[in-house]
Amino acid sequence: MAKESNVASLTYEQAFEELEKTVKQLEAEIQNLDQALLLFERGQALAKHCADLLEKAELKVQQLGEDGDLQVLD
Amino acid sequence: MEQLDFLQQTNVPVSVTDLTRRLRGVIESEDGLQNVWVQGELSNFSRPKSGHWYFTLKDDGAQLPCVMWRSTAELQIHVPKDGESLEVHGGLSLYEAGGRYQLYVDEIRPAGAGALYLEFLKLKTKLEAEGLFAAERKRAVPAAPRRIGIVSSPTGAALRDIVNTLTRRYPLVEVFLAGTQVQGPTAAAQVRHAIQRLNHYVVPDVIILARGGGSLEDLAAFNSEMLARAIVASAAPIICGVGHETDFTIADFVADLRAPTPTAAAELATPDRFELAAGIAEQQLSLGRALADLVREKSWELDAMAQRLQARSPEAKISSSRQRLDDLTVRSERALQQQSRLLRANLGGLQSKLGALNPTDVLSRGYAVVSQKDGKVVSRAKLVKSGETLKVQVSDGDFGVTVNDGSK
Repeated sequence: MAKESNVASLTYEQAFEELEKTVKQLEAEIQNLDQALLLFERGQALAKHCADLLEKAELKVQQLGEDGDLQVLD
Repeated sequence: MEQLDFLQQTNVPVSVTDLTRRLRGVIESEDGLQNVWVQGELSNFSRPKSGHWYFTLKDDGAQLPCVMWRSTAELQIHVPKDGESLEVHGGLSLYEAGGRYQLYVDEIRPAGAGALYLEFLKLKTKLEAEGLFAAERKRAVPAAPRRIGIVSSPTGAALRDIVNTLTRRYPLVEVFLAGTQVQGPTAAAQVRHAIQRLNHYVVPDVIILARGGGSLEDLAAFNSEMLARAIVASAAPIICGVGHETDFTIADFVADLRAPTPTAAAELATPDRFELAAGIAEQQLSLGRALADLVREKSWELDAMAQRLQARSPEAKISSSRQRLDDLTVRSERALQQQSRLLRANLGGLQSKLGALNPTDVLSRGYAVVSQKDGKVVSRAKLVKSGETLKVQVSDGDFGVTVNDGSK
């Protein structure tokens, strides 16, 4: 519960990692109901974000040139 | 020969050129001399500035002058030395200006059946002895890479297979292609360069080395010592997906992970998104369970407290809070069951689950958060006093209430 970054800006890895952490916190540490509710909501938002990312992601392929230049391939 | 015969009969001499040209025609029209493998020992090998190769193939009984044009010569991986036993392929013709026949060579290989295979075995033994195939030397391939480098032909089927597989399994990954030739005399150096380029500019979490199947000759680049050492030196771990199931290359042995096909390499490099979605659902289930557990625990605490209170107070006074606690307990049990049921059902339909689990569900199911003026949540009955104003938060907003039966 340290800092609450905007869920939408998290990468999949970041969001899933925080989701796991949130579940552990809720299972073991939190004894206060309003804190628990906040964590629950945060967790749900993280889970939804992860699932959205998985569903909506489109593979991006870039070609690496001789000089390190990148060109997006279709 | 009619014309020649006629000329000779008439004692009219033919020109050297005419005679030679005639002879050349004879040689070149003889099928058995045009598409032939010849074995012998190499001698007088010379490589003038023109880039053509000139040499003589000989055995105990005869010598055969040979030439290999630059266009073919510069494709050769191996430059032979005098004394080497070779098998050469080509067609015989006559060099008119020099007045000699020679073999125009288009292919050259060390003598002996499976020379390439013997070379392969030799290199394999050597690198194995150095410990380059040892499992302890191999690096772990990350379970969910953020960046994948691909070294392959930009136009090959291998690349298409990999891209399709990544699209299906894990489209979150960023793909960087370092296109190279995967066949031919410069392929090994190009592939090495591509690996270095990826490590330098992209710093991928893993590199996939891929090409379709082929003969031992086709796969020569992947059996070269140069490439083997480049794989060992790569900063990123390398998955080798070369050829079909039955082909083994030196690159396969040296790579950190070996895949039977390019598609399999892409599968080994990434998690499957449906498995990941199941993992997310699993976390959601735990999340709901943890909250329900906490609510139940709190209501037990209240219950115990109520019993202690009851021992000291008139029954009537606490009967209402007693009832309220029972009710809360029942509701939290029900919520737990409902939550578990919902989540289990959702594990089946991976995407549908997300909509069903609205974060505000807990409140919309009838729970309320009761807080005091200072925002402190009311978790115990004894915390409120008669006449005190409280805020009750429900799913769509909040409202105020006044306590008429609190502690005095």
